[in-house]
Amino acid sequence: MYPFTYVRGDDRQAAVALAAEPGTEFLAGGTDMLQLLKDEVRRPRRLVEITSLSGMSEISSGPQGLRLGALARMADVADHPAVRDEYPVISQALLASASPQVRNMATIGGNLLQRTRCAYFRDTAMPCNRREPGSGCSAIDGENRLHAVLGGSDHCIATHASDLAVALVACDAVVVVTGPSGEQRIKLEDLHLLPGETPEKETVLQPGDLITAVEVPPLAFARRSLYRKVRDRASFEFALAAAAVALDIDGGTIRQARVALGGVGTKPWRSHEAEKALTGAKLETASFEKAAAAALAAARPLHQNGFKIILAQRTLIRALLTVGA
Amino acid sequence: MTTTIGAPLNRIDARLKVTGAARYSAEMPVKNVAHAVLIQSTIANGRIADIDTAAAEQSPGVLLVMTHRNAPKLGGKQKSVQQPGEDYPLLQDDAIHYNGQHIGVLVAETFEAATHAARLVTVRYDEDKSVVRLGQVLDKLAVPQHFRGGARLPDSSRGNPDQEFVAAPVKIDQTYQTPIEHHNPLEPHAVIAVWTGDELVVFHSSQSVAGSHKTIAGHLGISDDKVRTVSHFIGGGFGSKGSTWPHVTIAAMAARIVNRPVKLVLTRRQMYTSNGFRPQTRQHLRLGADRDGRLIALRHDSLSHTASFGEWVEPCGLSTEIMYSCPNLGVSHRVAPTDTGIPTFMRAPGEASGMFALESAMDELAEALAIDPLELRLRNYAEQDEHEKLPWSSKSLKQCYERGAAAFGWNKRERQPGSMRNGDLFVGWGMASATYPMNRSKASATVRLQADGRAIVQCATQDIGTGTYTIIAQVAADAIGLPVERVTVQIGDSNFPEAPVSGGSQTAASVTPAVDAASRDIRKQLVDLATTGSFKGLRSEDLDVVDGAVVVKSDPSRRAEIGTLLAGRDALTATKGAEPGDEKKQFSMHSFGAHFVEVHVDPELGEVRVARYVGAFAAGRVLNAKTARSQIIGGIVYGLGMALTEETDLDHRSGRVLNGNIAEYLVPVHADVPDIEVILIEEQDPHVNPLGVKGMGELPMVGVAGAVANAVFHATGKRIRYLPIRPDKLLRTA
Ligand SMILES: Cc1cc2nc3c(=O)[nH]c(=O)nc-3n(C[C@H](O)[C@H](O)[C@H](O)COP(=O)(O)OP(=O)(O)OC[C@H]3O[C@@H](n4cnc5c(N)ncnc54)[C@H](O)[C@@H]3O)c2cc1C
Ligand code: SF4
Repeated sequence: MYPFTYVRGDDRQAAVALAAEPGTEFLAGGTDMLQLLKDEVRRPRRLVEITSLSGMSEISSGPQGLRLGALARMADVADHPAVRDEYPVISQALLASASPQVRNMATIGGNLLQRTRCAYFRDTAMPCNRREPGSGCSAIDGENRLHAVLGGSDHCIATHASDLAVALVACDAVVVVTGPSGEQRIKLEDLHLLPGETPEKETVLQPGDLITAVEVPPLAFARRSLYRKVRDRASFEFALAAAAVALDIDGGTIRQARVALGGVGTKPWRSHEAEKALTGAKLETASFEKAAAAALAAARPLHQNGFKIILAQRTLIRALLTVGA
Repeated sequence: MTTTIGAPLNRIDARLKVTGAARYSAEMPVKNVAHAVLIQSTIANGRIADIDTAAAEQSPGVLLVMTHRNAPKLGGKQKSVQQPGEDYPLLQDDAIHYNGQHIGVLVAETFEAATHAARLVTVRYDEDKSVVRLGQVLDKLAVPQHFRGGARLPDSSRGNPDQEFVAAPVKIDQTYQTPIEHHNPLEPHAVIAVWTGDELVVFHSSQSVAGSHKTIAGHLGISDDKVRTVSHFIGGGFGSKGSTWPHVTIAAMAARIVNRPVKLVLTRRQMYTSNGFRPQTRQHLRLGADRDGRLIALRHDSLSHTASFGEWVEPCGLSTEIMYSCPNLGVSHRVAPTDTGIPTFMRAPGEASGMFALESAMDELAEALAIDPLELRLRNYAEQDEHEKLPWSSKSLKQCYERGAAAFGWNKRERQPGSMRNGDLFVGWGMASATYPMNRSKASATVRLQADGRAIVQCATQDIGTGTYTIIAQVAADAIGLPVERVTVQIGDSNFPEAPVSGGSQTAASVTPAVDAASRDIRKQLVDLATTGSFKGLRSEDLDVVDGAVVVKSDPSRRAEIGTLLAGRDALTATKGAEPGDEKKQFSMHSFGAHFVEVHVDPELGEVRVARYVGAFAAGRVLNAKTARSQIIGGIVYGLGMALTEETDLDHRSGRVLNGNIAEYLVPVHADVPDIEVILIEEQDPHVNPLGVKGMGELPMVGVAGAVANAVFHATGKRIRYLPIRPDKLLRTA
């Protein structure tokens, strides 16, 4: 671990101002950051601890939708009655994440900004463009069974690991950010960047930008939503493939749909293609299959992760079948 | 007289463990300790061209940076007592043999200072090409030179397996593979090395205190009696702590230079490159049978890989030699060097990997013949050891099959794969046999009976979590005639009478006969004392020791307390050794068992969940029904990991371990483990050793992976021959 100074932020503006200075990063639950520090993947000169900032832990719901404070714990959000009833997909995505211990520590903001699990990224002995721009991507010709099939580039193919982000992106969530130049609202779908030629640029956030909350607009049919995750062990493991779906059904027809995929994209993968295929389609397996094919149409397999294309399609079909039943 | 042997006694060290009072190696109270952190290579093959330690040496709190350039020269004896044929890299030269090899150690005032400074050391390498996978060295396979330390032959055969296989009417001819796996004991490897003058005490988590002190002394070129190894509590080892790995000696070297006690604890990541692993295997199985399923020919040809600097072979074929009746049988082992660390014993080395292959192949044969898999095994039941041509000392495998099958409800199995359902999930029922040899080595123990009526047992064995403390107390209590609470067990110290490595499931079979002999001697001394004291005039045969007092058999109300009998003396002591004789020339000694498992498979998504498990085992006498059951459950869980989730990922170019942590190396979590029903079948076996115990640690893991693979096949019709069975393999398999 590189030596750093540690500041406990107790005022939002001060925390933002400190974090805007070079070499400074926020620390929330620390479940990801601590590992990255120990492995020296991150080497900040200063950490600003934000867990005691006020007004950032509340979970509320009302006519304007759901508001999750960025410091709300994963466990508390998963258990919140409004989340469970009105947005089951969010609750399920959280409960399928990590372990109870991690969920008790980890925050919503930290979850959205967790770093990829790509083993090369997390080992400073290996080349990795995302960690060290220009050093090369070890995964493209290396061990890439767990890597993304959607949204990769010749520079990086790392999977975005968050389950929560997949559920939230399906629900059109918006991230509320306070930065040095004031407050802004960013669609979650636009928060994370594709790796392209600059995989080190992970989000649109600028130094000092603090996520204060996540807002989920009202979505009546989200009551009929679901998160399905397939992984290598029964629990406490990241997704090989996951699907977040919500269906608005009118008799035998799908009026609207929301679809996002996890475990297969370099960012939380909203699939407008699948949604388009489902809109107005009959509520039947054939429609789901078309949607799944559309969702993965742009997929690019590498030598070990080709199975994800089929697995993601089947996971999506399964999620749609379950929620449509 | 009350007997405690066999009773489901709680561990006598349980309270210490749950209250945190039990001290593990890194927790030993040593004053003025300095902290060491290892520096490891980041390439797999080549030389260190330059190593720059200047920045590290300047870093606050640093006491020493030791690399091959300034490490003391060790005079060439770099071998391990437990792993013949191996030359350890101990900072003696600039050669790099694998990625993650120790290339230096940094000692500082605090762990944090050492960790940080270790990162400041920069290394330039002259890198050579490396090969790290078995598949890359198939052209370099050779006959092992140190197979099983010379105790067994790498090749064996009876009859004419090749010719008879060709002629057999029904054939299975398949290759099975297992990946690299790591032991992952919860407690990391940890050392505190303390020099006093020229004497060294090493606290380190070891499965072999008695072997360890010799290995360390050998490395350092000092005499054995100058080194003492202490390991009071061990948080699991599974074979990884059987050998004394280089970091132990490196800590001792560093401690001598800084002239202070040095503590060195491996990080979890370092535990993937510092203490061995189960190597990758490829196993070619050929089974030829008649139309009734009787084996005519069987060949088991195994390949595994080892390090460039030493040979360790995964002995996959040894169980095959004895498992089934078959007149024509051949087994071979070949090995090739890779630029990896050296593999080692990992829970049921060879048996767990080899029986995955054999039991899968047997299932394939059952399928080819449309015979029930259990029935096939009964038709090939080995009534004697056909390899050694010896009768079994005892064998209760039939009872294991019967009772396991009954408890499981095996007779309700639909034979056709894919024919059982639970909702949309495919249900599969699979079974497999288990076997493990009875191993026993020479051991000795000292028992001291004090005037306060307490006995102290001392033995240089160790409790790796299996319950050794407790069974020693039980055996001593019964043999002396004491309540078990009055026995104190002192183990995990090389100063005590010698005992073997806790490996090969041999601890109970080796140590308890010595404890029993010493305790009986104490009892005799006590009775003799009574015949000259309190019960003068009576003969020894007239007396008994019950509940900590000598009593007259004909009138148990006449008692003499130990304190009274010992009047004036401190204690009675006895040291006894016990060792195997030539009984293995007359009998073949093995434990056996049977696994029955139900899996639920999602046919589209490839998810496999174990829904139900029954295991039935016969391993001689059960010394403690509770710790035995725990061993069995632990072994089955370990096997479920092997079957479904565990694999060490190496970058195929650099040999770097990619999932060197327990977030990404997937051991089973609770959700992966169903209720496990354990059936223990007691055997009276007078031949194996005086107590009739065979050993329970490794047996239950043998066969689990095969049973699960067979259940997956039964559920889906898909045969997965390469562990672990993960969703992608099911998706890829037609
Ligand atoms: C063993 C293990 C298994 C896991 N499995 C899963 C899983 O299956 N699914 C899953 O989705 N996740 C999983 N996780 C990841 C886990 O969910 C994240 O580590 C956690 O959500 C991060 O939250 P935190 O509060 O601890 O963030 P921290 O570790 O404190 O921070 C993470 C990052 O976010 C930044 N940050 C935090 N809060 C803010 C904020 N308000 N504004 C701006 N920046 C901020 C930090 O600077 C840092 O860069 C797993 C983690 C572990 C350790
Ligand atoms: S996939 Fe991305 S994160 Fe992984 S090694 Fe390549 S560049 Fe680095």
